[in-house]
Amino acid sequence: MNPDVPLRVPASASPDAAPASPVKRDRRSASHKLSRYLRPRASLSPREGWIISAVGVALFFALWIAVTSGGFIQPFFLPSPAAVATRLVSMLYTDGFLIDIWASAYRILGGFLIAAALAVPIGVLMGNFRFFQALFEPLFGAARYMPASAFIPLLIIWLGIDEGQKISVVFLGVFFPLTLMIADASSTVSKDIVNSAYTLGASSMQVFFRVLIPASTPAIVDALRITVGLAWTYVIVAELVGAQRGMGIAILQAQRFLLTDQVIAGIISVGVLGVITDVGFRIAHRRLFPYMY
Amino acid sequence: MARVVIDRVSIAFQSSEGVPRIAVAETNLDIADGDFVCLLGPSGCGKSTLLNVVGGLVCASTGVIMVDGREVVDPGPDRGMVFQNYSLYPWLTIRDNVEFGPKINGWPPERRRETSLDLLNLVGLREFASEYPKALSGGMRQRVAIARALAMEPKVLLMDEPFGALDAQTRSRMQELLLDIWARRKTTVLFVTHDIEEAIFLADRVLVMSAQPGQIMADFRIELPRPRSADIVASEEFTSYRRDVLHMLRH
Ligand SMILES: Nc1ncnc2c1ncn2[C@@H]1O[C@H](COP(=O)(O)OP(=O)(O)O)[C@@H](O)[C@H]1O
Ligand SMILES: [Mg+2]
Repeated sequence: MNPDVPLRVPASASPDAAPASPVKRDRRSASHKLSRYLRPRASLSPREGWIISAVGVALFFALWIAVTSGGFIQPFFLPSPAAVATRLVSMLYTDGFLIDIWASAYRILGGFLIAAALAVPIGVLMGNFRFFQALFEPLFGAARYMPASAFIPLLIIWLGIDEGQKISVVFLGVFFPLTLMIADASSTVSKDIVNSAYTLGASSMQVFFRVLIPASTPAIVDALRITVGLAWTYVIVAELVGAQRGMGIAILQAQRFLLTDQVIAGIISVGVLGVITDVGFRIAHRRLFPYMY
Repeated sequence: MARVVIDRVSIAFQSSEGVPRIAVAETNLDIADGDFVCLLGPSGCGKSTLLNVVGGLVCASTGVIMVDGREVVDPGPDRGMVFQNYSLYPWLTIRDNVEFGPKINGWPPERRRETSLDLLNLVGLREFASEYPKALSGGMRQRVAIARALAMEPKVLLMDEPFGALDAQTRSRMQELLLDIWARRKTTVLFVTHDIEEAIFLADRVLVMSAQPGQIMADFRIELPRPRSADIVASEEFTSYRRDVLHMLRH
């Protein structure tokens, strides 16, 4: 299609990157392969990447199985993967764990959506107008270091222990870092693309809405993806106090009854759901911004 | 029509010590309509700063700039700019990039479309109209940037090392393409470069700048015949211009 330069070459094919792997790498010895894995910035085929990831996960489970079935640790402290899996199935089918998952997801959705609805406009204003940066930066910079979990007692005094309190914890945990990340994403839009719009006759409004906003949207969606992870963390903390249902309270109750397998099953479920959210965001990113891929 | 007059312009920036540091010392310049002028000098000598003042992106500390008899106060579509790093809008297709200026200036869709397709023909990228910038090579992206700047029919084209990031062969082809476009469009061009050969090859006039403070210390008129092709760099005349300019730069 393009006569002078190949299209969509991988970034690693540029001359300043580490050399790309040769096509016929199979003929190379294992030690060659290993030394390539250890070369900084060397490329990896997607297939190799998947295999290595799978090996990493498999090693983790192998270690877990070895430690538990070898009798090095009592099942009370660390049950086997099989025991945890069995437990998870019975939690889902008989203990109504899905209701807990839904309760947590609902709080995350509420807290995260409110946080995003405020953080996106404020962050965009901070990143693009020195006025708003000067206005908000000192407050937000300090607030970011105040742990949302430390606000829980205050929130209980203000709001009691109902849903509003839990959603508020998620909101506080997400809002400040998200705002600052969005401000940062907005402020890093290249000066040249802004200037080129001005020289084409764009007004301040047009530069803001037609250049700065679309230019920073992909990074803003990335900031949302990263901070939704925080929401998963904070919802569990919020539920440790006065929740009827929720993954956090399920984990806490399991601990009270010394059901180690249920504690671990709960923790792993949070991790898996977090990864699913992350993947969802990545897929949406590809759909929304096809011009980046 | 588009004569550019730089009248006693100097530009100072606030330095970290608080005292103003002069980037460009008082400069006077009169560029005739339709001239192709190259600003040549080592990096940091104030070429971009001077160009940005003509573009209206930086304010002069003293003096005035007149384009076509009107004082420059702001950036505007009468002065198209092309930057070294292409600065295309990655979320717009090639055609929408070229139509960006016409669109924000409220041109009707048919006229926008006609203009963008004409310009994409001119730079040889018609079949890439619906691609995104990411799919294009550096040279092609810079052709889009030129087409985008030309869409508003600027009286002056301001170019800041536009071919600085390209490989030698692409760069040479781009120079020929630019001269071809300039011959058809007859806009005034102010072109910044630090490459002596590029300056002599392109220009009617080469202005040599020196640093600290930035100032124009020589003004060469290049009388090489036009149209020029890449072979001209081997000619005796070209070599002699190069010797003179190089001599000036060494001082
Ligand atoms: N916005 C700015 N603030 C302070 N100093 C600047 C600014 N822009 C340019 N300068 C200074 O002005 C001088 C000329 O810069 P520039 O015009 O970019 O040089 P050139 O384009 O010839 O390489 C440099 O010393 C640079 O540090
Ligand atoms: Mg420069």
